[in-house]
Amino acid sequence: MTPLRVRVWRGGAQGAFREYEVPRHESQTVLDVVTHIQRALDPSLAYRYACRVGMCGSCAMTVNGAPRWTCRTHVDKVVKNDRLEVAPLKNLPVIRDLVTDMREFFDKWARAKGQFKGAATRKDDFARISPAGERRKLADASIECIGCGVCYAACDVVAWTAGYLGPAALNRAWTLVNDERDAQQAARLRTVAGDAGCHSCHTHMSCTERCPKQLSPTAGIAGLKRAVAAAALKGEL
Amino acid sequence: MSVRGETRLWIAQRASAAVLALCVIVHLVTIVYAVRGGLSGAEILARTRGNAAWLAFYTLFVLAITVHAPIGLRAVLGEWLGWRGRSRDLALLAFAMLLAVMGMRAVFTVFA
Repeated sequence: MTPLRVRVWRGGAQGAFREYEVPRHESQTVLDVVTHIQRALDPSLAYRYACRVGMCGSCAMTVNGAPRWTCRTHVDKVVKNDRLEVAPLKNLPVIRDLVTDMREFFDKWARAKGQFKGAATRKDDFARISPAGERRKLADASIECIGCGVCYAACDVVAWTAGYLGPAALNRAWTLVNDERDAQQAARLRTVAGDAGCHSCHTHMSCTERCPKQLSPTAGIAGLKRAVAAAALKGEL
Repeated sequence: MSVRGETRLWIAQRASAAVLALCVIVHLVTIVYAVRGGLSGAEILARTRGNAAWLAFYTLFVLAITVHAPIGLRAVLGEWLGWRGRSRDLALLAFAMLLAVMGMRAVFTVFA
C-alpha cells in the first residue's frame, strides 16, 4: 500500500503543519497514524487519547478539515489522495500540537447547570421512572454524550459568540430537563435561555452532522427553546 | 439585556415569522393576480384606495416586519460585527421605528 503523507499541526496557536510519511495498514485509524508518528518518528508530538474504543471522548481532532473522534475514524474513510491533515479541534485554545485546553468547554457544562441535583433524602423511596415514559425517552436520546468536544468544534455560533454555551452543554441541560428527579429545573431554564444559551442556536445542525455518537444536540436545543418559551409564558422564567 | 427580555424577543420573532409567512403568501398571490394583463399604478390604487381590508392587511404586514427584522439583525450585528450591548439595542429600536414610519407611510399613501 502507498504510504500516507500526513500533515500534522505543530506548535500552539502560532505554529505550522509538519509533514510525515506513515506506513499504511489495513483497518488503520487516524489515532493509529498519530500514535505511529509519536512513537516512531517524532516523540515530541503532543496528543491526547485514553480508551481507544470510542468511550472516553479524549482523542477528538480536526481531520482533513472536520472534527472527528480519531480512535474510531478509519483512514480509508477520510483519506484523500493518500494525504491526511490532522489539526487540533477548532473553537478551543491550543496548548501544544494536537492538544487543546478543554477547560472552557467543561466550564460551560457547569454553567448550563449540567449537574444533577435531587431533592430526595435517604429516607425517601427510590424514584420510579418508567423506561417508556415520554421524558425518560427524551433523556435517553441525548444521554450517551461522551464529552469529546466534536460538536463544540463544529459549531459556527461558538466561533461567533464567545459566551455561547455550545451544543454539548445544552444537550446535557436538555437531558436533565427531562430528569423527573432533578430539583433545579427553573434555575436551569434561566441559565440556558437567552443569547448565551439556546436562543442563539441557528439550527445549522453541524453538531448533529458531526456527533460521533449520532446524538442530535440540535433537537435538544429545540426542546430547550420550547421549554423556555413555555416557562416564560407562564411567568416562571 | 436580561434572559427574560431575550426570551421575549425570541418569542416575538417566532410569532412575527408566523404572521409574515401568511402575509408574504397573500402578498405574492396578489402580485401574480394583479399583473394579469399588465400592471399600472392606477389599477393598484383602485384596489387599495378606501379599502379597509387592505389597510388592515398591510398594517399587520408592516408591524410584523417592524418586530421581525430588527431582532434578526440583532443576531447578525452581534455575531458578525461583535456589536452587542445597549448601544446595539437602542440603534435597533431606532431602526424598528424607521421601518414602522416608512411602512405605515406607504400603507396610508395607497389607502388615502
